[in-house]
Amino acid sequence: MQKVTIEPVTRVEGHGKVTIQLDDNMNVTQTRLHVVEFRGFERFVQGRPYWEAPVLVQRLCGICPVSHHLAAAKALDVIVGAGTGHGLTATGEKMRRLMHYGQMFQSHALHFFHLSSPDFLLGYDADPAIRNVIGVALNFPDLAVQGVMMRKYGQEIIERTAGKKVHGTGAIPGGINKNLSIEERDYLLHGADPLNIKKMVEWADSALQFFKGYYMKNRDFVDNFAYFPSNHLSLVRKDGALDLYHGVLRAVDTDGNRILNDVDYQEYNKYIEEEVRSWSYMKFPYLKHLGKEKGWYRVGPLARLNTCDFIPSPMAQKEFEIYKAHTNGKPNNYCLHTHWARLIELLHSAEVIQDLLNDPDLQKNDLVVKGTKGNEGVGLIEAPRGTLFHHYRINKDDQIEMANLIVSTTNNNEPMNQSVNFVAKKMMNGQKEITEPMKNAVEIAIRAYDPCLSCATHALGKMPLDIKLVGANGEVIDHYKS
Amino acid sequence: MSEIVKFTIDGKEYEGVKGQLLVEVAAEKGIYIPVLCHWKGVKPAGSCRICSVKVNGRFMAGCTTPLEADMKIENDTPEILDIRKAIVEMLFVEGNHFCPSCEKSGNCDLQALGYRYQMMVPRFPYEFERRDIDASSPKLIIEKNRCIFCKRCVRMIKDEQGKSYFAFKGRGKHLQISLDKKLAVTMSEENAHKAMDACPVGCILRKEVGFAVPIGKRKYDHVSIGTDIEKLNK
Repeated sequence: MQKVTIEPVTRVEGHGKVTIQLDDNMNVTQTRLHVVEFRGFERFVQGRPYWEAPVLVQRLCGICPVSHHLAAAKALDVIVGAGTGHGLTATGEKMRRLMHYGQMFQSHALHFFHLSSPDFLLGYDADPAIRNVIGVALNFPDLAVQGVMMRKYGQEIIERTAGKKVHGTGAIPGGINKNLSIEERDYLLHGADPLNIKKMVEWADSALQFFKGYYMKNRDFVDNFAYFPSNHLSLVRKDGALDLYHGVLRAVDTDGNRILNDVDYQEYNKYIEEEVRSWSYMKFPYLKHLGKEKGWYRVGPLARLNTCDFIPSPMAQKEFEIYKAHTNGKPNNYCLHTHWARLIELLHSAEVIQDLLNDPDLQKNDLVVKGTKGNEGVGLIEAPRGTLFHHYRINKDDQIEMANLIVSTTNNNEPMNQSVNFVAKKMMNGQKEITEPMKNAVEIAIRAYDPCLSCATHALGKMPLDIKLVGANGEVIDHYKS
Repeated sequence: MSEIVKFTIDGKEYEGVKGQLLVEVAAEKGIYIPVLCHWKGVKPAGSCRICSVKVNGRFMAGCTTPLEADMKIENDTPEILDIRKAIVEMLFVEGNHFCPSCEKSGNCDLQALGYRYQMMVPRFPYEFERRDIDASSPKLIIEKNRCIFCKRCVRMIKDEQGKSYFAFKGRGKHLQISLDKKLAVTMSEENAHKAMDACPVGCILRKEVGFAVPIGKRKYDHVSIGTDIEKLNK
């Protein structure tokens, strides 16, 4: 028996490692993606005043803190009696939506251009020394600039809605603490090239067309890289539209049958359970009524485009139709198509931002709503990486006494493990030597989910991947560390 | 009738009213001597020592020392600035001050002094004292981890009979600020507001209003602490 360890996993957010067990004939017998960090936010938020949660808990992450900020605020909306989703004032809800779609835009751009594009532009088997964002900048400078500026534009939106580019304070229980001034609106609408919404829509579309072009040339590789059936879960708007801020919870199976039919997420714990496994700090959620074996599901761009019926913005809807036609309208289970779905969402986010910036509600002053106070609330949001759950209960003195977070990447735990297993078997079974490109293929499978393994603020420098190849007798045959 | 006397601050000659507190005399001249425990019009306590200056070669607290004729006051010297920075560092390590999630961030005098004196890593080890939060009052939360024992609340926030809402409890290392639970029940909105404003840090907080002021509109978002005084000198 042999064991391969890939540690750390690179070009993802946070720290993880992969172990792959091989038998004497060098066939893969077991694979695991381990998440090796422990955060503890659910414990140390206990005792804090409830209105602190959106600011405190967002420190889980430096890439998409807005998701945690808004999910916590949405849960607290319920507690302060402002209702869920549409209970806020028009300005409150739309400012939050602008913040969220700005974040979606920057995070998706970051993932595609900075983390994933090296594999597509330079090849998954290219020299690791150049297979990174620097290699992209040297060989494709125009694309690299687009990636940097698109991320910057998203961050500018976040700054103007949350107060800071990272870890702002905009969303408060029952609403928002500021509106968008005319100056701020005009900066985002008509800023000097390229930082204006027109250019961002254009560039989002060109990034999508670039991927489609790549796909047409490398269809076999993309389609056959990792394919396995699964369930898919996300929020959808009540009419079935893609909605990344608010909606009802829907899940479909691999054939597109509804296995969770637009339920109210305040009751998520009636439908979802989490399993703990001894070898990872990341839990394994599943749909209760289907059980651990059959109830696991994917979240994120691939899942969202599998659950929703349509996209409520014209350019993205057109692309959605092309995308859906590829699988004859059935759920898409091709792992690398997640990039395709993510770029459709990137375009959709740009279109939504454009609409919001032209909405005069953003300049109004009615910012906060409060009603009859309760003691428990659940907030869900579609974070860039998938459905994010925040659940809080408070005591009579306004202190948080219970918090439960199911982070997007946690929902994708089993699918990522399935992907690792699929790719490891495909690439390594029967091979005499485990090469670097084989290991990178395993990372590509993980990277497709854009995982935020730690929800990542404390990860400094390069994000590490560690792969260990262990033989039948337990000896480490090969150990790869990036 | 008030007597006018001559004195110097950092070698520059001034005239001022004899008996006036040094921090207040200096402020009138556009010279900033930092304070944390002092509040104009309230009997000085001299408890934080951030206002330390040298008077005729001796260290004195600027908030308790009355002006005398011919005082030679040193304020803006490397030695004194370093002592003030050390005091800020001591206050930070003595409590548990986590600015990133504190709702007083941007309005906090201690944080603002940390920025003014360019505090990076404190020279003293962190104490990591375990302290409670008292959230039992209907209007206020007392976050004892952030108390710097300035005693402003004890001296300033009183009911109509002159009883203090706040008091110190315990001694030495175990000293804690506490809020009278019975009095707190009837505390007016005005007193609650005053208590939060008086607190130079994020210890006394009004309930359910945290983070209502956006980043960019907070007291120290655009100006350094003391700038309001120093602009008189420009």
